[in-house]
Amino acid sequence: METMRERFSAVTSRLLAEQPRLAVVLADITADSFGPACRRYPDRVINVGIREQLLISVTGGLALAGLRPVAHTFASFLIERPFEQIKLDLNHQGAGAVLVSAGASYDYADSGRTHQAPGDVALLGTLPGWTVHIPGHPDEAERQLRAAATGHDLVYVRLSSAANTVPLEAAPGRLAVLRAGRQGTVLVAGPLADAVLDATQGLDVTVLYAATIRPLDTATLRAMLAAPAVVLVEPYLAGTSAPAVSGALRDIPHRILGLGVGRRELRCYGTPADHQAAHGLDARSLRASISAFLGG
Amino acid sequence: MNGMTSTAARTAAGRPAPASYADLPRLMSLMTGDAKHDQAATSTLDVLWVLYDRVLRVTPQTAADDTRDRFLLSKGHGPMAYYAVLAAQGFLDPAELPGFGSSGSVLGLHPDHLLVPGAEISSGSLGHGLPLAVGLALGLRAQQLTRPDGTSPRVFVLLGDGELDEGSNYEAIAFAGRAGLDGLHAVVVDNASASHGWPGGIEARFAVEGWSVLRTGGRDHAALHAALTAPHPGRPHLVVAAVEPRDR
Repeated sequence: METMRERFSAVTSRLLAEQPRLAVVLADITADSFGPACRRYPDRVINVGIREQLLISVTGGLALAGLRPVAHTFASFLIERPFEQIKLDLNHQGAGAVLVSAGASYDYADSGRTHQAPGDVALLGTLPGWTVHIPGHPDEAERQLRAAATGHDLVYVRLSSAANTVPLEAAPGRLAVLRAGRQGTVLVAGPLADAVLDATQGLDVTVLYAATIRPLDTATLRAMLAAPAVVLVEPYLAGTSAPAVSGALRDIPHRILGLGVGRRELRCYGTPADHQAAHGLDARSLRASISAFLGG
Repeated sequence: MNGMTSTAARTAAGRPAPASYADLPRLMSLMTGDAKHDQAATSTLDVLWVLYDRVLRVTPQTAADDTRDRFLLSKGHGPMAYYAVLAAQGFLDPAELPGFGSSGSVLGLHPDHLLVPGAEISSGSLGHGLPLAVGLALGLRAQQLTRPDGTSPRVFVLLGDGELDEGSNYEAIAFAGRAGLDGLHAVVVDNASASHGWPGGIEARFAVEGWSVLRTGGRDHAALHAALTAPHPGRPHLVVAAVEPRDR
């Protein structure tokens, strides 16, 4: 299957032709895939080299000039390294932008800690105004990228080499109901949905799917809440969205279990599947955690 | 305030007409409460005045035009001189000046461009203005904006020599040089405040990356004007404006 990152460069290259105010800012990563677009639109496809502070500041400057900038590199270098530039050169300037990352939490498991960014979504959570997409399929990523390209707001699209077998998003920004049950709710974001569907086979639980985690679709969460117990399954730092879920249920005594990537450095290499299991996010581990918490 | 309103004519909109260079100390006093200001407080004053009075093609009436020149104050510390010039040029109501730094004022110890009329960016954290200016100049170039007389909007950014300690500037200096970004103009006010200095001169660091560079006196209006308007086809332009060394 085509990866989300391949879809990103293909779709964005086409959008450059359709939307004269769209600009792409790169820091060498994925620059080869944008080569044809860069030759055709040299003023709107800008590769600043391995300069990630400049990547974000140029993005802010392009927005101040009236363009719609899309900035891209690996999540660790897009969000963590230039975080003050995001805070000041985007948010504080009142500048809109689309940040599109690759690599996710452990797509590059064999590259080690330097190329892993499980804290990106939590970091952006300290800033106002961000829409955060966690696509679970290239089709979902494409829809999100197309919508973001015409906006003026702050949008983060977190691409991953992991994906579900089919797109699961029912409506943009809304939680999709994958399964309805009585003992509790499992809310899963992005590419971990297939593992959660495996893990909850035969369990009497509701499974909700988020391709957009921020803002959280609290209306659907509340409408589907059969029992006040929620298991969050996120492919980044465990518990990142627990405050949002708890806030949505503030008038209801409730329990939350946040599953996701642990804070502890694994200090091992291997494959994404190895890391998924090490963080307890494979189907077998998820089933054990969910059953223990919900008493199933 | 009384001096302003009694001596300066008013525009049709009720705003004071642009004041002169001689009015700036009094406007600064409205913020500081001091009759006189030390050299540190006024290190940027002459550059700012020459830019707004003689170089920048932007007025309160064209402040929202796509084709206006942009001035970015990167060195956001000590913005009294900047606010005084904005007030003198009619961007900012002088009645705002006495509230400087107080709750409810639009004028903070570091400028917020969503609050200050005429300010193009918010600054205070060092090392952000020049990289933002690179993006702004790229964005203006991409849109091929031109004024009726055929000229293109330009970007000017003011930094301090101490601010060049921040590494983010070097990402911007190198890239702007290689991109031949001739819409970009950096002015570094050099009061020798960088802790470890710049052996060989600030301008050497820009020149090696392909910038056009000039050094001039930071209090000499004619020399500043000449340096700021010198031709630099195909290259970004640096003016180092030397002022009195900061007291240590």
